[in-house]
Amino acid sequence: MEPIIKIEHLDKWFKVKDMDVHALDDISLDIYKGEIYGIIGMSGAGKSTLVRCLNFLERPTSGDVIVDGKNLAKLSNKELRATRKDIGMIFQHFNLLMQRNVLDNVCFPMELAGVKKKDAREKALEYLKIVGLEEKAKAYPAQLSGGQKQRVAIARVLASDPKILLCDEATSALDPQTTKSILQLLKEINQKYGITIVIITHEMAVVQEICSHVAIIDHGKLAEHGLVSDIFTAPKSKEAKKLIYQGYEHVKEMKGKRCVRIVFSENSSFEPVIGNMVLTCKAPVNILYAHTTDLDGVAKGEMILQLPEDRIIGDQMIEYLKKAKLAVEVLEDYVG
Amino acid sequence: MWDSTIIMMIVRGIGETLYMTLTSTLLGYVLGLPMGILLVICAKDGIRPNAFVYKIFDLISNIFRSIPFLILLILVMPLTAKLVGKSYGSTATIVPLTFAAAPYIARMVESSLKEVDRGVIEAAQSMGASTWEIVWKVYLKEARTSLIVNATIATGTILGYSAMAGTVGGGGLGDIAIRYGYYRYQVDIMIVTVIILVLLVQLFQSIGMLISKKMDRRRID
Repeated sequence: MEPIIKIEHLDKWFKVKDMDVHALDDISLDIYKGEIYGIIGMSGAGKSTLVRCLNFLERPTSGDVIVDGKNLAKLSNKELRATRKDIGMIFQHFNLLMQRNVLDNVCFPMELAGVKKKDAREKALEYLKIVGLEEKAKAYPAQLSGGQKQRVAIARVLASDPKILLCDEATSALDPQTTKSILQLLKEINQKYGITIVIITHEMAVVQEICSHVAIIDHGKLAEHGLVSDIFTAPKSKEAKKLIYQGYEHVKEMKGKRCVRIVFSENSSFEPVIGNMVLTCKAPVNILYAHTTDLDGVAKGEMILQLPEDRIIGDQMIEYLKKAKLAVEVLEDYVG
Repeated sequence: MWDSTIIMMIVRGIGETLYMTLTSTLLGYVLGLPMGILLVICAKDGIRPNAFVYKIFDLISNIFRSIPFLILLILVMPLTAKLVGKSYGSTATIVPLTFAAAPYIARMVESSLKEVDRGVIEAAQSMGASTWEIVWKVYLKEARTSLIVNATIATGTILGYSAMAGTVGGGGLGDIAIRYGYYRYQVDIMIVTVIILVLLVQLFQSIGMLISKKMDRRRID
């Protein structure tokens, strides 16, 4: 199967005040139809530049971007504009037209495509229904909350019937609760319409929540990429580890000798794994860090446990956790 | 002395002033609006960067704005005579007024359009909008309140210029104020014309602000 987005040896240089900045350094990635692909990195890593190269809002210095079989660099301006209609994009700051009401915002891409006004309005109302905002059709963006604005932006994207949806930090301006609901909506869109989604973010939690694949970008280079479950369980690169462990710093002051990091990926949410281990081994553990969620009955997430002083009991616990189908990694220098 | 001829003269003066101001503002926009749009889209960070076109219009607008209006009035007299047939009177004044207004309006339009959020332009580009569609459907529509406010300011300024043209026989209220108030020491006529000029600016300003407020959808109410 051919990838829907093929990025080959992509390079991008910027000139900033006589200094040449290497924003993207030899990036190659394949994204297949139906995937939700996360691109994660610290701010300034080059991920926003990368996503803009996928619809040529930013022209790469060298390398190829092939979208649905078309090499974007070889298209005329007119062909490029036609191809962009297949690639929707949503933004951190929503970017709605402030002087148009919600309905007219959703109609905008159809207006560009030459759809009749009456048909466009009917379709727009359907898309607003999908994002749960049909009663706000006559409201203006200034009257909406951040989450509602992003929903309008999503409805507007759906109106151009895209094959691909690019999300540039689409939830970074939203609170955690709203972020969750927007991610849920994106997931539904991915499943219902088979739209391939590329998500740019600096938050590991976003990747964990909905992405199937992830690429880690650091200083313009691709550090690591693959299935989210693989990278999250066993990060190989230094950059991946840094991102995955990014929430741990605040437990630095804890005293202790031996710690383990465990990752939940296939256990039932209702199986009290840690509780059972404590009961079996008859020794307490200290939870230094935990971030777990229930995903359709399956426990997902990770914990860092401080094991008892006794080495034998510690080994027993590690054995127990491994048997319970958890990924276990011993952290020697985590605390102390 | 406030006989019907004086009153008729003042009424005609109001008519001439309105004619000069509104016609040259309109013509100023015919030239200045496209110029302002080109200044925005051809700029380095615009949607169609073109250093050559940008530099030309940038230069034209700066040169014309730095020439004092009275000097411009005299400089374009040969052209005025060619276009209108004579170099005095209110129709003739429209020529230099338009030349003074266009570059000024171009800068006003430029600053209004630059207020439009770059992200919204980017969103339109990502939807495959053409340059023309972005100008027409995004820039001009999103910036409309600011464009109207600036048009109001431009009209007031041009009204002031038209009164200045009175010193060289340009017609209108300015002409009356100079001829009666300055040359004939009839201060009362001068005061009346000045008050009418103030009221006209006030009127334009109120109408402009009302329209722009009515059209603005960014406020919550």
